[in-house]
Amino acid sequence: MSAAAPQTGLFDCRDAYVATLEALGAQNSSIVAVVNDSVGSSKLGKFREKFPERLINVGIAEQNMIGVGAGLANGGKVAFVSGASCFLTGRSLEQVKADVAYSQANVKLCGISSGVAYGELGPTHHSIEDVAWLRTMGNIDIIVPADPWETEQAIRHAAATEGPVFIRISRMGVPALERPTDAQFQIGKAEVLHAGDDAAILANGTVVCRALEAAKTLAAEGIQARVVNMSSMSPIDEAAILSAAQTGAIVTAEEHSVRGGLGGAVAEIIAQHTPCRLKILGFAGFQPTGSAEFLMEQAGLTADHIAASVRKLLDR
Amino acid sequence: MSMPQPLSQSGADTAQRVAHVRDMARWIRQRALRMAFEAGQGHPGGDLSVTDILATLYFDAMRYDPANPRWAGRDRFILSKGHATGALYSTLAKAGFFPEDELTTYMQPLSRLNGHPNRVKIPGVETNTGPLGHGMPIAVGIAIAGQIDAGQNGRADYRVFVTTGDGELQEGSNWEAAMTAGHRKLSNLTLIVDRNRLQQGAPTEETVTLEPLADKWRAFGWDVEEIDGHDIAALLPLLDGSLARAKPLCIIANTVKGKGVSFMENKAAWHHGIPNAEQFAQAMQELEA
Ligand SMILES: Cc1ncc(C[n+]2csc(CCOP(=O)(O)OP(=O)(O)O)c2C)c(N)n1
Ligand SMILES: [Mg+2]
Repeated sequence: MSAAAPQTGLFDCRDAYVATLEALGAQNSSIVAVVNDSVGSSKLGKFREKFPERLINVGIAEQNMIGVGAGLANGGKVAFVSGASCFLTGRSLEQVKADVAYSQANVKLCGISSGVAYGELGPTHHSIEDVAWLRTMGNIDIIVPADPWETEQAIRHAAATEGPVFIRISRMGVPALERPTDAQFQIGKAEVLHAGDDAAILANGTVVCRALEAAKTLAAEGIQARVVNMSSMSPIDEAAILSAAQTGAIVTAEEHSVRGGLGGAVAEIIAQHTPCRLKILGFAGFQPTGSAEFLMEQAGLTADHIAASVRKLLDR
Repeated sequence: MSMPQPLSQSGADTAQRVAHVRDMARWIRQRALRMAFEAGQGHPGGDLSVTDILATLYFDAMRYDPANPRWAGRDRFILSKGHATGALYSTLAKAGFFPEDELTTYMQPLSRLNGHPNRVKIPGVETNTGPLGHGMPIAVGIAIAGQIDAGQNGRADYRVFVTTGDGELQEGSNWEAAMTAGHRKLSNLTLIVDRNRLQQGAPTEETVTLEPLADKWRAFGWDVEEIDGHDIAALLPLLDGSLARAKPLCIIANTVKGKGVSFMENKAAWHHGIPNAEQFAQAMQELEA
């Protein structure tokens, strides 16, 4: 059964997340949700109505929340721990490291409103470091879905896999991407969404649709840029990155810090195997006041700026 | 340098002091609500519940110099529930830390007034809050510094005030700090809990029980006083006498989330709900009273 959203307009990926979790929860009574006073912001009100005894609200206590999730996993539950990504990861980083990653607990971390979704609420509420922090741990699957379909696949992957998973779930509106009907999500595999050999744009999450737009603009100018959806950040698809490096020019684009995220991961791999020109687009540090869209523009996470970055790498 | 004189030490009588704080509180409530309305976001419920606490601290109790915001002898205040920036920024502007006009830039692009306070940019802010459960440990650290200096030369006799939400007390960091403060008998530290009984999504007691809250603080080595958090006349003597105690003081201020606006009072939906134009007009009228 597909719980994915319909095919037009812009979508809040939280809706695909909760619809999928409700569907899976109906099939598997081991699935529980753990929250930190975040029933509303995680959109889990309906899950609570359906499975009241399976919604555990620990209050405003994120370190406790992660530990409780690990304990629930020990007791045989599949724990979807869900809260604002900034607090879920940052506040509880050691619990994530020791109780979840190092202990290989069957905990699914759902980082809600990741990136700069909380715009004007400022850097305390932005979550542009989360992928970097968790990526260093090595043994936690990290997925940054680009649209509702991929969000659903990520949740299904998490439920079907034993072990820790971190999924970034944005509230920023994204279109449903066009895909072949037999498209499949596979952890560790990148997805080529637009073919091209002149350059490659590697993106994930909310920026993928912008990368695709950039590629269309470039194609009209005779530049064929490959667009690769790097939703699986850990494990990461090294082969797809090395193949992208063969084009000679890579632009990475992510709603994340320029340090340690997708750009950092790509740099680690190409520098050791196939050095090529590289531009990393993302956030350079703590962000000023502004809406999410304003901050994305300032950071160059727009189709126009991505296209310009490709041109620049190609000296055009 | 001349030491700024708070109203509490000016010889004004209680009625005058209460009247002044009330005037300030009325202004802060209206200004804060206008900010949230104009920005289209913010946290009106928590702004309105904490306003009387802020007004009492800044316009009666505390010693500070807005012209010299990092004056070493200042009393310190930390708003640990950092989401109540409508009230905090209005208070700081009224106290003279930055121009009142600047409040219109709340949450606008590149404004220094974002949704949570930033000490790097805003004079009068002691530390960057927003994630709940950060204020107490920092307040404890300041209070220890004050104790060390007072012990050496009797100079740093400043007081440290911190306000947390009540839901916020579910964060364990508060209790780690509480233990440190109790152990060290930090009598220069006063916590005021904005006990409005609501957190983001529901009442505290339905989410994770806090009661018996006063007993918890006593068990951690604190003095506890419980008052109506909107009764300024009750708050004044507690703050006047805080240094005479041998322990840190926790004031449980029983407040009303959304205080002063009939349709907002005691409703979780106004935690971050924003009034429409009609509701805003009605609210401003009610806050005039
Ligand atoms: C560490 C952390 N977790 C979650 C949040 C999201 N959040 C913001 S305000 C709030 C509720 C706070 O309730 P309370 O402390 O009672 O404050 P008040 O009622 O005065 O607004 C929550 C959960 C946060 N800011 N920080
Ligand atoms: Mg409260």
